[in-house]
Amino acid sequence: MKFLDYAPAPESKALLNLRSDYGLFINGDFTAGRGTPFATINPATEQQIAMIATANEADVDAAVSAARHAYDGVWSRLSGSDRGKYLFRIARLVQERARELAVAETLDNGKPIKETRDVDIPLVAAWFFYYAGWADKLDHAGAGPNPASLGVAAQVIPWNFPLMMLAWKIAPALAAGNTVVLKPAETTSLTALLFAEILQQADLPTGVVNIITGDGQTGQALVNHPGINKVAFTGSTAVGRAIARSVAGTDKKLSLELGGKGANIVFDDAPIDQAVEGIVRGIFFNQGHVCCAGSRLLVQESIHDDVIDRLKSRMQTLRLGDPLDKNTDIGAINSAEQLARIRELSHLGQQEGAERWSADCVIPENGFWFAPTIFTNVSTSHRIARDEIFGPVLSVLTFRTPAEAIAKANNTPYGLSAGIWSDKGSRILAVADKLRAGVIWANTFNQFDPSSPFGGYKESGYGREGGRHGLAAYLKPAVRSGSRSIDAAPIQSTTPVTKKSASAKKAAK
Amino acid sequence: MTTSPLAAYQPDQRALALIGGEATDANLRRYLHGIPGIDAVGLEARAADLGTRSIKTSSKRWAIDTIIGLIDLTTLEGSDTPGKVRSLVSKALLPDPHDPGCPRVAAVCVYGDMVGAAVTALGSAHAAGGTEGVNVAAVATAFPSGRASLAVKLADVRDAVAAGADEIDMVIDRGAFLAGRFGQVYDEIVAVKEACRRTDGSLAHLKVILETGELNTYDNVRRASWLAILAGGDFIKTSTGKVAPAATLPVTLSMLEVVRDWHRLTDVRIGVKPAGGIRTSKDAIKYLVTVAETVGEEWLTPHLFRFGASSLLNDVLLQRQKMTTGHYSGPDYVTID
Repeated sequence: MKFLDYAPAPESKALLNLRSDYGLFINGDFTAGRGTPFATINPATEQQIAMIATANEADVDAAVSAARHAYDGVWSRLSGSDRGKYLFRIARLVQERARELAVAETLDNGKPIKETRDVDIPLVAAWFFYYAGWADKLDHAGAGPNPASLGVAAQVIPWNFPLMMLAWKIAPALAAGNTVVLKPAETTSLTALLFAEILQQADLPTGVVNIITGDGQTGQALVNHPGINKVAFTGSTAVGRAIARSVAGTDKKLSLELGGKGANIVFDDAPIDQAVEGIVRGIFFNQGHVCCAGSRLLVQESIHDDVIDRLKSRMQTLRLGDPLDKNTDIGAINSAEQLARIRELSHLGQQEGAERWSADCVIPENGFWFAPTIFTNVSTSHRIARDEIFGPVLSVLTFRTPAEAIAKANNTPYGLSAGIWSDKGSRILAVADKLRAGVIWANTFNQFDPSSPFGGYKESGYGREGGRHGLAAYLKPAVRSGSRSIDAAPIQSTTPVTKKSASAKKAAK
Repeated sequence: MTTSPLAAYQPDQRALALIGGEATDANLRRYLHGIPGIDAVGLEARAADLGTRSIKTSSKRWAIDTIIGLIDLTTLEGSDTPGKVRSLVSKALLPDPHDPGCPRVAAVCVYGDMVGAAVTALGSAHAAGGTEGVNVAAVATAFPSGRASLAVKLADVRDAVAAGADEIDMVIDRGAFLAGRFGQVYDEIVAVKEACRRTDGSLAHLKVILETGELNTYDNVRRASWLAILAGGDFIKTSTGKVAPAATLPVTLSMLEVVRDWHRLTDVRIGVKPAGGIRTSKDAIKYLVTVAETVGEEWLTPHLFRFGASSLLNDVLLQRQKMTTGHYSGPDYVTID
């Protein structure tokens, strides 16, 4: 036998207890949506997992009212330490149910279990723990003493890291004292709905978080709703633009985290084996469905051939297949639509004269798959060097001097991420200083931590998520006397008791 | 891959061609410092990632038997006696008395003065450098510290080879390496290799112990690995087992990367031996995965990969019994040596 044909090691689905259909989570309860329900499928098999409700405008309105009511009645009056207690409780419940959430995320999204288990879900818990700690320390968040929350936040998130993006949005919003209406992406609503169950378990006051599902129209209705104070969006630049347009002229605060075309710059003195790992992590992590992916490799001309040789042999060891198998490195593409886009742009790359190379891997019969692919001989004018592909496709360009590397790295309408690989610390600092990108990794790539702010320049959006800076998106300076600021009038510091809290608490144990 | 032009050179000429001159401190320094560095965080992350592979059912069964066949079953104690060595040899030949189908280990590894006892105990099962049976490896060159004159080290080697050792595990002079006297380390390895020559002109297999726990940085490990291979080592080995930390997965990974690069450069395959500190099947399987995914699974033969271990064997045997019978047994169901 061949040892490298590892025997199947599938993660069990046994602990997953899914319903056949899910409603909208409004005011603490699941209610049927008034739009037409749709199926969410497993992109690795194309089989239906569950039916998901669609929220129409009336549902959006109900969700926003619930959030407003919860804001006025409970959440904005709660002390920071009490808000923190809820966030800590949510974080612990996420940890307790981590395996279940990982399996659900893998089923619904197509990403490998090794990533949901080791990256997505641990980061979800980390985000809640981190912002739980901030809830009673907002005086130090940088918005001056006694800052105020904004009100109701509308949050629209993408399908690439469904639950993680939810955590990035909800945790700081709640810590800062806002209430939330969140809409997950159409293809990946499942874990947000499991998260709603966790909120019930945590006994979060009803209406503080509302989760509504549906397609782009639901999202549009949400961000256009006059009753919201804040819009936070992560997704494509095109949709981000439309949101910015619709929010213009209102007093809604806006933060956008959009596309990217990150440059991963490898200098000739780089630790070469680790740089190859970093290139792989930069573009093939999560099937390249990463807004901050290192999708443009800028490699110094003198080491180009060596790096590409090493990269190709490393790519041959990537294992594509059943996302639930614990040894799978590359899972399924999230949707047929996304697969079509990756194929189209890759085809274009070939037409434009770039040299295409894909790792040998057996593509399963059903589901949406794309083999890890690199393009060499790419010029800056090629579409594949400019457009965000959002798939496991790397464009390789070369440079001769640090100045050229910087110029090429910055020559993009985006500015979300970049990587620098060099053994020389002074060069790393000097180059990082000149790159126009929100996140710059040195001798690593695609590392996330709740304490580190994340966000973009130019067409990659504005506002920061994570760290102290992430709170700024949900806070405003203290309101002058007469108005209420969030810590000014705390009601009883004990947990407010809703009708069903006693039974919910029992369930949590 | 196309055949490398370097493959045509005789080994010693090849090294000189690569270094670009005589093996002086300056030339070696220039060469070894021209090798790309290692980012410790990245290396350790990669090793940890390889450690998460899930090896189950048929793959696990194969891995367990393969591990046994790659073990250098070791006793390196001041209290070793011919009796102890005889007992070790019996275990090497028949690791699991309840299952004659259990593979034998690759070699027994002993101090030089015990080589004769090991050879006698092996009798007709002595592989003598071949693949049928069990080989005898001897540690030499003033193991473990290496703090003796070259003449003493060479005498130590010749002694063991004369007594029938098939493999010599030498230690490098870490002091010289850390002081930048690369030429001295190189020359010593070359001399030891020559001392491995038997009367019939053949050579005992030479494993070069880097003692990575004393080299301290991954960059040093990488340079020492290149140095040992350039000088003619057949195997590079992490540790003596007498210094902590001994073998670790990241250190072994970094050495495997050198071996892979050497193969790309010269078409020659060098062996790797992590030694010390690998005690469980679970750990050993991580090493198999790391070998297979770094240099390829053709390296998983006794000729190219070994585990230097003593207590590992029993844990592997317990796992093997579990896979055969479906039940976990206990330490009393395997023999102590």
